[in-house]
Amino acid sequence: MTDTTAHDNSGPVLAADGKPLKVSLARALRRQKIRALLLIAPLLLFVLITFIVPIGDMLFRSVENQIVQETLPKTVVALQEWDSEAGTVPEEPVFAALAADMKIAVAEKTHTRLGTRLNYEMNGISSLFRKSGRGVKKWDLANDGPFKDKFIALDKKWADPEVWVTIKANSPKYTPGYFLNAVDMQVSPDGIEARPENQQIYVTLFKRTLMMSLMITGSCILLGYPIAWILANLPMRQANLLMILVLLPFWTSLLVRTSAWKVLLQQQGVINDLLVWIGLVDDANRLVMINNATGTIIAMTHILLPFMILPLYSVMQTIPETYLRAAKSLGATNWTAFWRVYFPQSIPGIGAGSILVFILAIGYYITPELVGGTKGVFISNRIAFHISTSLNWGLAAALGAILLAAVLILYYAYDKIVGIDNVKLG
Amino acid sequence: MKLTKTLLATTALAMTAGVAGADGHMADEMTIVSWGGAYSASQIKAYHEPYMEKTGIKIINDESSSEAVAKLRAMSEAGNVTWDLVDVEAADAIRLCDEGLALEIDPATDLAPAPDGTSAADDFGDMLVSDCFIPQIVFSTTFGYRTDQVPEGVDAPSGACDVFDLETYPGKRALNKNPIANMEWALLCDGVAYEEVYTTLETEEGQAQAFAKLDTIKADTLWWSASAEPIQWLADGEVFMASAYNGRLFSAIVEKDQPIGMAWNWQMFDLDGWVIPAGLADDRLARVKDYVMYATDTQRLADQAKYISYGPARASSAPLVSTHADLGIEMAPHMPTEPSNAENTFVNNYMWWADYRDDLDAKFQAWLAK
Amino acid sequence: MADTANNDAFVEFERVQKSYDGETLVVKDLNLSMPKGEFLTMLGPSGSGKTTCLMMLAGFETATHGDIRLGGTSINNIPPHKRGIGMVFQNYALFPHMTIAENLSFPLEVRKIGKSEREAKVKRALDMVEMGTFGGRRPAQLSGGQQQRVALARALVFEPELVLMDEPLGALDKQLREKMQFEIKAIADNLGITVVYVTHDQTEALTMSDRVAVFQDGRIQQLAPPDQLYESPENSFVAQFIGENNTMEGVVTQISDGKALVQLDGGELIDCKPVNVTKVGERTRVSIRPERVEYNKERLHADAHTLKAEVLEFIYMGDIFRTRLRVAGNDEFIIKTRNAPDQTRLKPGEQIEIGWMPEDCHALDA
Repeated sequence: MTDTTAHDNSGPVLAADGKPLKVSLARALRRQKIRALLLIAPLLLFVLITFIVPIGDMLFRSVENQIVQETLPKTVVALQEWDSEAGTVPEEPVFAALAADMKIAVAEKTHTRLGTRLNYEMNGISSLFRKSGRGVKKWDLANDGPFKDKFIALDKKWADPEVWVTIKANSPKYTPGYFLNAVDMQVSPDGIEARPENQQIYVTLFKRTLMMSLMITGSCILLGYPIAWILANLPMRQANLLMILVLLPFWTSLLVRTSAWKVLLQQQGVINDLLVWIGLVDDANRLVMINNATGTIIAMTHILLPFMILPLYSVMQTIPETYLRAAKSLGATNWTAFWRVYFPQSIPGIGAGSILVFILAIGYYITPELVGGTKGVFISNRIAFHISTSLNWGLAAALGAILLAAVLILYYAYDKIVGIDNVKLG
Repeated sequence: MKLTKTLLATTALAMTAGVAGADGHMADEMTIVSWGGAYSASQIKAYHEPYMEKTGIKIINDESSSEAVAKLRAMSEAGNVTWDLVDVEAADAIRLCDEGLALEIDPATDLAPAPDGTSAADDFGDMLVSDCFIPQIVFSTTFGYRTDQVPEGVDAPSGACDVFDLETYPGKRALNKNPIANMEWALLCDGVAYEEVYTTLETEEGQAQAFAKLDTIKADTLWWSASAEPIQWLADGEVFMASAYNGRLFSAIVEKDQPIGMAWNWQMFDLDGWVIPAGLADDRLARVKDYVMYATDTQRLADQAKYISYGPARASSAPLVSTHADLGIEMAPHMPTEPSNAENTFVNNYMWWADYRDDLDAKFQAWLAK
Repeated sequence: MADTANNDAFVEFERVQKSYDGETLVVKDLNLSMPKGEFLTMLGPSGSGKTTCLMMLAGFETATHGDIRLGGTSINNIPPHKRGIGMVFQNYALFPHMTIAENLSFPLEVRKIGKSEREAKVKRALDMVEMGTFGGRRPAQLSGGQQQRVALARALVFEPELVLMDEPLGALDKQLREKMQFEIKAIADNLGITVVYVTHDQTEALTMSDRVAVFQDGRIQQLAPPDQLYESPENSFVAQFIGENNTMEGVVTQISDGKALVQLDGGELIDCKPVNVTKVGERTRVSIRPERVEYNKERLHADAHTLKAEVLEFIYMGDIFRTRLRVAGNDEFIIKTRNAPDQTRLKPGEQIEIGWMPEDCHALDA
């Protein structure tokens, strides 16, 4: 702005003290900026520590693979000479290096950890390292060589070239392996290829997670919109009462709610009993409404509905009734007035609610685990499994990173199609 | 922008909830982690209360065992282990030991010998499946069925293979949503001898055979992930037959009087016990070791069986198992280890599963999702 | 007020009542009849029932009792969108998600008018309000006055015969308001449309209307052309509500020949026109417009009664002088005089005598 005026004159505009006006202005604003920064510093730090750093850590873990190099440094170097495609077992120098590395690893108890890591790539390496560790403990490095036969005597798996291929393939510090695994691919001697069909699961789960989250978001819109409309148009007292009912799910424990759904929806449950009693459903053909995708959608719609209703409600509250009246006075029927005038103005609420519900939905795992059976579980269930049961945090991180990327892509697409300015939380 | 910030703030808040509850260890306190429910109650009665009375040390009972493996790893990475002793299944103990997250123990010095002088190593015997694992109880994954839904003129189901017999026993079944035991049962009931089960499962063909057997009942099977689920389904009549932990079944049958019967054949034994987290300070370690020495002696393990139907992991405790503390019934027949209950049994093959779990789990989940 | 159905009547309210809660009436026994082409203003304080009447006419409220007719047919059961009445709302109610042109096109679209005709009509309507170049903008990009014009154009674009306006100028500043008053009136006259206009601003009502209905307490207090309303208020509410007024209370002592002699409470006698006093001894409130008070003795009627007054304050207001007097114990007696070369400027403390033509002093209900 100041530029245009400055160009007309010869030289910059000066303040009263002779300094350029821009400089004076910047100085005057600096104090303000610093104060503003100081005010938000605690939050900034908090977000950094609790949000940015963990996400960065997760992204790092999804490619990090230093354990092989750190545990078997000499072996990794010795293996560089070895041709992994020859189909033969390495020679004595590699085994000697392995013995030296293992000796240290056993003392530090890191060999079993490496075994667990490599077992993700090849069955049996876990016990190979555990077993070999016990043997190596008793060896004397200086006098007990050569080691090739001694290792093979400990466990004949050491004579399997496949083990060495696995060690060599995983010796770089960073690996695309977790990400490949997360999209049902793997590295093979012929390059990157799809995993065998009987191991493909993650792509299916990603697709299912996205599809079902969209369906949950959709049913939240369908169910939440009329309720939000009623809320926004009721007198304050009644609206508050209804709002309490809407918020009730927030105040009930997740497990209680989920159990309630089971009681209602299972084949010997209340709804089926009622339908059989009325005669709508034959006793032998009771409806399957839980432990499948339907169950997940019903239960999660219920849980996430408030996240749709609240932004919708707060947006609808800001739409004056006059717009509808104006539309009708201009000749629009009730439906046209709603659809052409009211609805477009409530879209920001739908946008905000959908983003909230969708993002929450794709991250849910307890509810799908409990009511989803086999067809209603999400990718998050596998992430939880790898975090807490298999301890394959690298794979969990890769799955999480892909999920994060999917959310960001959808967010970007939403911004492009609808415009993120069109999102209002109230 | 507004939205992004709101989302960020919400997430950040949610995450601190986990950070809270930091270390507040007092000099005479111990945090012992277990499974909660009836199982924790039995430990409190049999171990914690007498120990607190004896020593004056306060024991805080934490119920996080279901997520103990991940939490221990996270604590260890953060360099702040707040737990003193953790109750885990043997498979998890092996994993924790491999990861260096659990302390290796020496039975000779860390565990009490039997009253007759037998060394702890001999008294526990095969139960010492890992260098870090302190065995406590034997439980089994076995079967319960609805007694009122057995077809007329047919014998009640006796075990695992009846699950695969849809003709004789129609109705829904429930199985655990993971490959362990299910794969073994599929092969055993498809005519594979137990001795060959694991070598068979190591081959692609063997795995295909197991999945093919499971395919025959897939449409009629519900899969559970929380151990309370199969019991609830049995109680509601949602399924006819379900695999479940024997202690849960005992409680439903004996304590809650549900029309459920036990089918023990081919039950799979599992071990549950303690691990000491690696990296405890010396004073804490000494205190925990003292507790472990006390809580795993012959009498204490036998005492626990008064409150729950899990078998003590020490041979010397078995003869001391008496009656249920509240119901007064004889507990020995309800123990999974009672020989007359089952013709065939097997013990969870921890070492084999440690090698094959990752692979088979992926395949099992892929099979389930199909 | 017309009690019977008038053949010329275009808009009619007959014995209309409205209650929201079933206990109190916000509109009480309303009768009103308007010929085609009239510009009628409903004027009154807030809560007087004027907006409710407008909403009943528009169809957004239903009459609890009575009949509302448009062009001779009862519209009580016709939904708003079928009444074909144009309406301008207080806050314009321009649809924020549509451009100006789309806003104007909306009533034509719902009437299924073809695209080319639509465009022509929209353009004509925008040109009429001098907004022809703004068709592509959104309402938020316009100033208040511009939005007001667009709202007017939108209410007119589908060529309704009746247009309702609910305090349409309330949000504008004074200057703009005056300009718009003139424009709205001119457009209404040009198009020959019938307008019902609601406002609480009496100046607006007086400048724009053919007739003004003064509302108070759910009733029309007076329905008359602006000059009649101002000069011959029918009761003290109307007198007080319309324009500035000096009031004094007293008792009628004599009525004859269209003149009433009123003895004020202080004992002074004044001449008045009896408006709604009928007999001697009745208490009355008299009202005199400040600009009708005369203090120049030469201009007073020879035999007129006069009152003594003391000047308390003199305010120079440019076009007029405004002088505050103490008259018969009333400290708030105002007179207004034109700023003319021969006009004397009164000084505070000065003692003067004031008087007026008897027909300018209205003896109203007490």
